[in-house]
This record gives sequence, C-alpha cells and structure tokens, in this order.
Amino acid sequence: MSIREVRLSTTPTDEAIADLRLGDIVYLDGLMYTAREGVYMRALEDKANIPMELPSKSAANFHCSPAARINPDGSFDMGAVTATASFRFAKWLPEWMAKTGAKLIVGKGGMTSKDYKDYFVPNGAVYLSTVGYGTGALLGRGVESVEAVHWNEELGVAQAMWVLKCNKMGPFIVASDMNGDCLFERENAKIAENVERVYEGTIPATLKRYGESDDRTDEVI
Amino acid sequence: MIPINLIQSTAETLMDKAAIEIPQDYLDGLQVAAKTEDGDLASFVLKAMLENYEAAKEDRRAMCGDTGVPRWFVKMGNEASVEGGMIALEAALRRATASATNGVPLRPNRVHPLWRTDHNNNVGIGAPEIEYGFEPGGEWIDLITVHKGGLFGSDYRMLFPSDGVQGIKRFYLDSLMAFGKRGLACQPAIIGIGLGGSKDICMSLGKRASTLRIVGSQNSDPEVAKMEAEFKEIGNSIGMGAMGFVGKNMVIDCNIEVGYCHTGGMPMSVHAFCLSSRRAVARIHADGRVEHRTDPDWFTPYQRRETVDWPAAQEAAE
Repeated sequence: MSIREVRLSTTPTDEAIADLRLGDIVYLDGLMYTAREGVYMRALEDKANIPMELPSKSAANFHCSPAARINPDGSFDMGAVTATASFRFAKWLPEWMAKTGAKLIVGKGGMTSKDYKDYFVPNGAVYLSTVGYGTGALLGRGVESVEAVHWNEELGVAQAMWVLKCNKMGPFIVASDMNGDCLFERENAKIAENVERVYEGTIPATLKRYGESDDRTDEVI
Repeated sequence: MIPINLIQSTAETLMDKAAIEIPQDYLDGLQVAAKTEDGDLASFVLKAMLENYEAAKEDRRAMCGDTGVPRWFVKMGNEASVEGGMIALEAALRRATASATNGVPLRPNRVHPLWRTDHNNNVGIGAPEIEYGFEPGGEWIDLITVHKGGLFGSDYRMLFPSDGVQGIKRFYLDSLMAFGKRGLACQPAIIGIGLGGSKDICMSLGKRASTLRIVGSQNSDPEVAKMEAEFKEIGNSIGMGAMGFVGKNMVIDCNIEVGYCHTGGMPMSVHAFCLSSRRAVARIHADGRVEHRTDPDWFTPYQRRETVDWPAAQEAAE
C-alpha cells in the first residue's frame, strides 16, 4: 500500500475533510492553536471569553504544549513541538467543538471510534495524529511564526493558548474519517489475532489487583 | 578539587546535548529497526523519526516537544572532592536545569502535583531528582542527565517466587500491550526491567536499566543476559510496531537489573525509554579535563557487588 500525502488548510472545506482516508499523511497550512486541559477548563468551566475568533481564524485545535520561550521583550522562540495524549480530553471536546467549530483535532494517540461517531462526525471533524511520537523538530520547522500567546499569565507557558502559523507543518496521520472509523482500532484488531500465541505458556500473577476485578467485594489475594 | 563553575557549565552543555542529540547506540538500534520494518505505517513512522533526529541536530532544536523531566545521576570516584561541597554541586545542577530550560528551550514540564504551580524552569520540590553513586578510586565526577519522558510505559507489580519466569513474562507482555497500543509508550523503546529490591528500589532498578544502560549492553550474569535477549525477541514478536501500528519493532533493547529482595517476594517493574531516549554524560577530572560520552556506564562490578566487603578494598587493607 502506498502512502498518500495531502496538504490541508487549518480552515478546511467539508469536501477536503470528506476526502481524507485513514492513514493519509497530512501537512497543514494556516493558523493552528494549542488548547488542552488548561484552556478547556478556563473557557468551558470558568466561562472566560476565548481570545481569538473561532473557527474563522482557525478550525485546528492542537493538543500540545511547545518547548518554547517568551522573551523579556514579549517575542517568542519556538523550539520543538509535539502533541500530548488526547484521550483524556474527551470530557471537554464535545462542548469545545460545538463552541469553536473545530474541524481538525490534532494530538497524540487519537480517540475511540465511539467519540468519532458521537461528536466528530456530526461536527464534520476528523482527528489527525502526530507521528512517532516525537517528530518535534520537524513540526517545529513547520511553524513559520508564533502569532500570539493567550492566557500565559493565567495558565503558564505549558498550558497557554499558543497560536501558530503553520507552513507545510507535518507530518500528521489521518486517524479518523467521516465514517467515524478509527485507524488505531483497525490496527489493534489486526494485532489481536496474534496475541494468544505470544502469551502462550505465561501465567497470571498470584496476587491480583483491583482494576482486574472492579467488584470490591471480591478478594484479590 | 573540581571547580564548581566547571560543574555548572558542563551540566548546561549536557542539558543541551541530551535534549537535542539522540545517543548513537539508540540511533544505531533504530536504524536497524527501520531496515527490518515491513509494516507500511510503522515503517513511515521510523523514517520520519530518523529525519527528525537530523532536523534537531541541524537546527539545534529539541528533538521532541515534550522534553521530559530532567534528572541527574551523579557518580563520584572515592577520592573526588567538589569546590563548595555537595550543597554547591546540587545548586549548580539546579541552576543548569533552570537555565537550559530557558536556553534550549525545553518545555517547563515540572509542576506541583496539586496546585499545578509552574516555575517555568523545571525546578521545584524534588525536581530535578539528583541521585548518587560511588566508585572505588578516582578523583573524577560523572554527571549524567536523563530527560525521561512519558506518563505511560512504566508499571510495578509484586510477583512471588511461585509466579516464576512465566509470570515475569506475562507482566512484561501486559506492560507492552497496555502502553504500546496507539503508541503511548512512544516505542520502539529501550525496555528496562527491575527485578527484586524493595518496592522503591525495584522501580529505580528498572528505570536505571532503561536509561543508564546502552543498546547492545548485556547484564554481567549470563543467565540474566539470556533473558534480556529472549525478552527482546518476544516483545518484537507481538506484531506491534511504532505508534501501535502493525509492525515488528517494539523493543530496541531489553535491559534487566536485579537486586536482592524479601525471601517471600519477587517485585518487578517495567519502564520504557522512548523514541527520544535523552541522556548525556560527562566525566570531569580533578585537573579540569572534561570528557563527553553517551554511555553512563553506571552498572559497574562495584554497583552490582554482592559480598560484604568490596574485594579491592580488602586487598588494599591487607
């Protein structure tokens, strides 16, 4: 199977999104903003006004905090850029998407096909995963400039809302599509066929743990 | 007497090297993996990573945006002394950590666990960790920095002698399966296994096995070395590769370290040192020479000693 490469705007058309296939490699152009737990909590729970126009300026939400520096004169130096695991943001994403019109959720490791079917597809959104993980230097090269850093005072460098101007920024991998299918679940299913063979002969631990049983009336010894 | 300024300037250089330059042993291992990988997506990922290391070096930019949590291992020859003593040394390492965070730049990852306070310099309560080791003879001091990343990939379990090697294997595979899916462990990784010790030591043995031993190294106990080779093979036969995609490279190397434990138990820990296996080492000599290297060479015969007295000390006494 040959791998297809696609250039995509961070304010993509519905047609461009519908055209994406699981496993496509994407390079982004346009503005992308970082938002993770700090931004979600401030915008959705504390009801602070989001300090940029969404989605007209950007429909791309990056689960990221960059290795970056804010200089005393207020300018920024961007080093490496990589994503953080997205599954833990599922709590806020439906509301965030409804509020901001985000079409591209960019992060690490994707979400479940249930998430995709429940609120990605209805919002016309797909998930793009970073590659590696840790192509931080390559992604850093794709950041032409830092347009703004919002909420740095309130949230700190790592949680602030960084607005990045992307120029062929990538690579990213398309990890969900308009069917709500999940690239990682597809791969898991293929690997699952082999698991029994690899585990053959191994034995479960004598001492169990809660989590292996969720029934707290069970004994784990 | 080792000048304190030299310790701080060397530490700053190490912070920079660790964040930017992938160690040669890991790079060699990943290049072999990239050649053998036949999963199309996994193969694409490994090629992208190899390009990424080049880009990092060319641009002098951190190789990964998550620059991990910087920590220090300090090893001293028995005759070494530091200008200002160990308090000055710890201050120098904290200063180097803070200044490199702003300088490289690194991501200021360290926050208070409850209040999420971030000093924006990777320094705080207990951060960076500084751990010590000693060697007989020598007036040198080794500074080792490790910027291990990841919230995923490490686990601990109390096993018992009756669980045996098959129980060890099960927990090893469970850890790879749990954290390998979707590539959360950022594999292929250097997997470190700690066996024995008390619970805390079991964790640090495993962490040190993954971060302080290089790809291609072997445990000095030939039976443990055999297990290392077998476990690497098993890990790579799951059928899972980079990012949890179908592939055959999950484990670049498997290192096992052991410590004596309670007679009733067999504690085990598993750790994954990721695609950005950040470590850098320098030896500072009393005469001011500084030698950089990437092999921490932590697990010397002295560190693995099991007798009451160290034979060399005995010899000297006689």
